[in-house]
Amino acid sequence: MIRVLSAGPLTTVQDAGRYGWAHVGVPAAGPADHLAHAMANRLAGNRDGAAALECTLTGPLLRFERPASIAVVGAALHIDGEPAEPGRRIDVQPGQTVRIDAAERARSYLAVAGGILALPVLGSLATDTLSGLGPAPLVDGDALAIGTLRTRPRTARAIEYGQTLRVLPGPRADWFAEPLPRTGYTVGPRSDRTGLRLTGPPIARCETRELPTEGMVTGAIQVPTDGLPIVLLPNHAVTGGYPVIAVVISADVHRLGQLPPGTPVEFVPVDSATAREEYRKLLQRYGSPNR
Amino acid sequence: MIRPVGDAAFLVEVDSVAAAHRVWAALRAVRIDGVREAVVGARSVLVHVDPAGCDEDLLQSTVDGSGPDTAVPAREIGIPVRYDGADLAEIAALAGLRPEEVVERHADATYTVAFLGFSPGFAYLTGLDPALVLPRRATPRTQVPAGSVAIAGEHTAVYPQPTPGGWHLLGRTDLTVFDPDRARPALLTPGDTVRFAPL
Repeated sequence: MIRVLSAGPLTTVQDAGRYGWAHVGVPAAGPADHLAHAMANRLAGNRDGAAALECTLTGPLLRFERPASIAVVGAALHIDGEPAEPGRRIDVQPGQTVRIDAAERARSYLAVAGGILALPVLGSLATDTLSGLGPAPLVDGDALAIGTLRTRPRTARAIEYGQTLRVLPGPRADWFAEPLPRTGYTVGPRSDRTGLRLTGPPIARCETRELPTEGMVTGAIQVPTDGLPIVLLPNHAVTGGYPVIAVVISADVHRLGQLPPGTPVEFVPVDSATAREEYRKLLQRYGSPNR
Repeated sequence: MIRPVGDAAFLVEVDSVAAAHRVWAALRAVRIDGVREAVVGARSVLVHVDPAGCDEDLLQSTVDGSGPDTAVPAREIGIPVRYDGADLAEIAALAGLRPEEVVERHADATYTVAFLGFSPGFAYLTGLDPALVLPRRATPRTQVPAGSVAIAGEHTAVYPQPTPGGWHLLGRTDLTVFDPDRARPALLTPGDTVRFAPL
């Protein structure tokens, strides 16, 4: 069992996500950076999609009430006040405290060998911060149940984040007078697990009719009536009524979860052959996901 | 017309909600390599696929093969309603009807579940009497009670959870519209027909 001494700004349980129910309005949820989440799980000896903690900006302070093996990706950590190394499996003894520090970028992941245990909702343990399904975000005083499986740690690669977001033209690119500008946008303060709300010059539409509601995807760049783009993250609503001007390629969606407010973004248009090739390279570098 | 949406989805565009249901039903009846989920929209079906690739030929032929003969599994759902919503008087005034006429016109119609979105179990129903078509409220409520029966534009809906909402409230049902622990979590799914019964 883990006692949460200090929960941090937003610490949630995330597994691979809640799939199969999009047709009835259930968001996928799951990690904002699926690669870092998978790597933390591999280091802990779990399957990629095991339930782990997603920490936003600053992580929690936890006390382990029984022995556990953990791995942290994306932030420095302290055990009983002493610095410990992220990126490897660490054995923790009963009574020891683990503090996850500020994320190197925006989010960090703490995996425990055996996974975080919680009540599954529609087959997933993921906290859905939009609809409220799944376990609530951590609060001070919570007790987290953890699994006991011990397996050998698997190797994890350091994650490349790059400097840009590569995009394909969106299904409604023709609704806009101009293509998505490459630069000029910054991640705004109201960004969250549903999307990055960008600040910058409003994008003008040339089509004025209302868009019939259509399904949305992670990485879609929606432009609402105020013209300020929103880049959808995994906890987005399954449908939307705003035209999508471009879509971030799958090989780059993990980067979306690691852009804190204030970060300037640069969009680089690519073609579908490049998108497919980059995804193939991603699978080769990090291994196929084993949910 | 099928167009790509990024590298992990395709948007099948159709010209009616009924056509969207047929495409959706056809896709659910076939196992297509790399195809994950399909989401119905007002005039489309979004097909989520594996970015590593999917059987695009089979996807295309399944979509092309859907037509008036495609069976759409659907149920008939009756929803009992206490028509005492906070906006009933205002809806009546805006529509130029007496409140009893609003209730009659809403309860007399047979509706179809077009699609779900916004929140789990939130179904957009078509078939609303044209006299009741109104724009959304200028100021949304920060919280609408679960079970609220509401109208906005050409749709009516039942709010599954207490969420913010900009639709006009006509009444309330005690039915549980969405329960993730139930065998059938969503009461309403695309293609179902719905009737409201005044209590």
